[in-house]
Amino acid sequence: MSRVVFREERCKGCLLCAQVCPTEILVQSERFNKKGYKVVCVKNGDMEGCKGCAFCAEICPDEAIIVYRTKKNSEDSDNLEEAHG
Amino acid sequence: MHEILAYKSPSLLADIPSHYCPGCHHGTIHKLVAQCLQELELGDDTICVGSIGCSVFIYNYILLDTVEAPHGRAPAVATGVKRSRPDKFVFTYQGDGDLASIGLAEIMHAANRGEKISVVFVNNTVYGMTGGQMAPTTMIGQKTTTCPGGRCSDREGLPMKMAEIMAGLGGVSYSARVAVNNIKNFKKAKKTLKQVFEIQKSGKGFGFIEFLASCPTNWKMTSTDANDRLKKEMIPFFPLGVFKDLQGESK
Amino acid sequence: MARIFIKGNVAIARGALDAGCKCYFGYPITPQNDIPEFMSRAMPEAGGEFVQAESEVAAANMLLGAAACGIRAMTSSSSPGMSLKQEAISYMAGSELPGVIVNMNRGGPGLGDIGPSQGDYFQAVKGGGHGDYRTLVLAPGTVQEAYDLTFLAFELAFAYRNPVLILGDAIIGQMQEPITPSKPLAVDPFEGGSWRLEGARQREARILKSLHLTDGALAGHNLKLQEKYKRAEKEVRFEEFMTDDASLIIVAYGSIGRIVKSTIRKLRKEGYKAGLIRPVTLYPFPSQILKSLAEQGKKFLTIEHNMGQMVEDVRLSICGLAHSAFHGQLPGNLPTPNDFEQPIINALRS
Repeated sequence: MSRVVFREERCKGCLLCAQVCPTEILVQSERFNKKGYKVVCVKNGDMEGCKGCAFCAEICPDEAIIVYRTKKNSEDSDNLEEAHG
Repeated sequence: MHEILAYKSPSLLADIPSHYCPGCHHGTIHKLVAQCLQELELGDDTICVGSIGCSVFIYNYILLDTVEAPHGRAPAVATGVKRSRPDKFVFTYQGDGDLASIGLAEIMHAANRGEKISVVFVNNTVYGMTGGQMAPTTMIGQKTTTCPGGRCSDREGLPMKMAEIMAGLGGVSYSARVAVNNIKNFKKAKKTLKQVFEIQKSGKGFGFIEFLASCPTNWKMTSTDANDRLKKEMIPFFPLGVFKDLQGESK
Repeated sequence: MARIFIKGNVAIARGALDAGCKCYFGYPITPQNDIPEFMSRAMPEAGGEFVQAESEVAAANMLLGAAACGIRAMTSSSSPGMSLKQEAISYMAGSELPGVIVNMNRGGPGLGDIGPSQGDYFQAVKGGGHGDYRTLVLAPGTVQEAYDLTFLAFELAFAYRNPVLILGDAIIGQMQEPITPSKPLAVDPFEGGSWRLEGARQREARILKSLHLTDGALAGHNLKLQEKYKRAEKEVRFEEFMTDDASLIIVAYGSIGRIVKSTIRKLRKEGYKAGLIRPVTLYPFPSQILKSLAEQGKKFLTIEHNMGQMVEDVRLSICGLAHSAFHGQLPGNLPTPNDFEQPIINALRS
């Protein structure tokens, strides 16, 4: 299944990503980053709900979210790059 | 089964943290500007005219040759830039205080002359950088630090609808209003912004795009509540859509 | 080049055109209207751009934009319009942008009149905008100088990456005289070198701004600007007329400097030994020559068409070494040579 990785030092805890996540798996965590923002995280760490749609990454004003989509079938994905490690 | 990167930050965006408040839409709009410039292959020949407000630091975030215009004067500075280098892509990036208040004469006349520039106008109903004062687009009843009892029409008039005003000027080729408060609007906004930039790229005149935006800090709301307010209060008063499109292709 | 009979305003516009100006941004205001009128034909003909802006504020900011691209550009106005341009001029000085700004001084304050005056000296020389900045200021006294100094204005603007002011007045603007124009310059349109904006193609983006918020940044920037203004001191220019044997040195610039010359010639015939220093650059101000003349025991009389502005710089230059009188032609009254006879005689005798 797809997964989402947060660049926590960039997150400002605004939760705009949580608001657009179609499967609502994003919530505010209890962890603070260096700047004192309570960063976002996946509810109960349960990545199952992530469809790899990247709505969260697109709407994020701070480029704080990286999304890896797992390609099960051959659905084409224009201008998306091979994940490199 | 293998993984692909589902989203890639535009390379025109500097990979540094921004000073913008949590949930501020400037970050989102900067991203759209960078994406559209890249997709239209304009980055190498673009000159950005920044304005005075929260987005005064746009040059730190979008890696473009940039000149800082005095408050409200970006459309005039952009006129000078475009007139002296008509072969370059020129856009201004302005807030509501900058464009609709002190710079109203400049935007009206640059638009009416049909200057071949694009104007990205971010309307978040307050002066953000200076701490949340009333702006020409402050909503009726909205409390700000300079209309603490809430804006009232008989003293402070009504919020100005810039996209419609621009559409009423003969010199304007394209004028639209968009928002980035949800994914549907975000994707529509990108398409519209690309259209505005396309208008300039193909030499068809003056393009104007108004972004409704939130200002969580000065609205004293959480970012997600601010998005709801944008949807429930701003969009009904400031309808989204294309108000003028001389080419008509985008219909 | 053949001599031509031309009005002062048009000489400035023609001078800009011949100096390679490619963009002109203007706005109607008496007594300088011939400049935008000339440019509205000349710029398009020369492949340049003419814009009549919606205000002097907008025109000055268009100049800022063109200057940011390293293009030779100019704006012109008169006193009330100049007040509106001060913000942009301060920004241009802060962002180190080369632009030529012409002020055909008229009567003030407020709406004043449309006649000549030198009431904008302080605004021009001390900086009418905010912050510690200077513009170089050139003051033509003849129509020929109005033409020639426009070439110099562009040269200095780009040499120092700084706005340059031409300070004329209604007399210089409205009078006609024969001049000998120079050969039009073939200007490298991209003389802006490595600082001008053109789109960051495979290089670091260039940013032209005057905002410096990080610690010490603005302090450092101000020091850098002051060093530039120090370097510009060598650009000082003035006319020295009959000063060697003079016991009284009159200091007067522009049209007034020229009228005073006629008065001096007349009084010399009657045995009165007066001389003239006519500053051509008001910034940098010709302090050295005044100081050396003061050290020779000369007395001074500053004559201006205002209530007393340049006289302060004269007194600063001679720092108490000599007596320094002032005579002000009242703005609103047209000056003639004999208006100055008695004041000069009185100063000679005092």
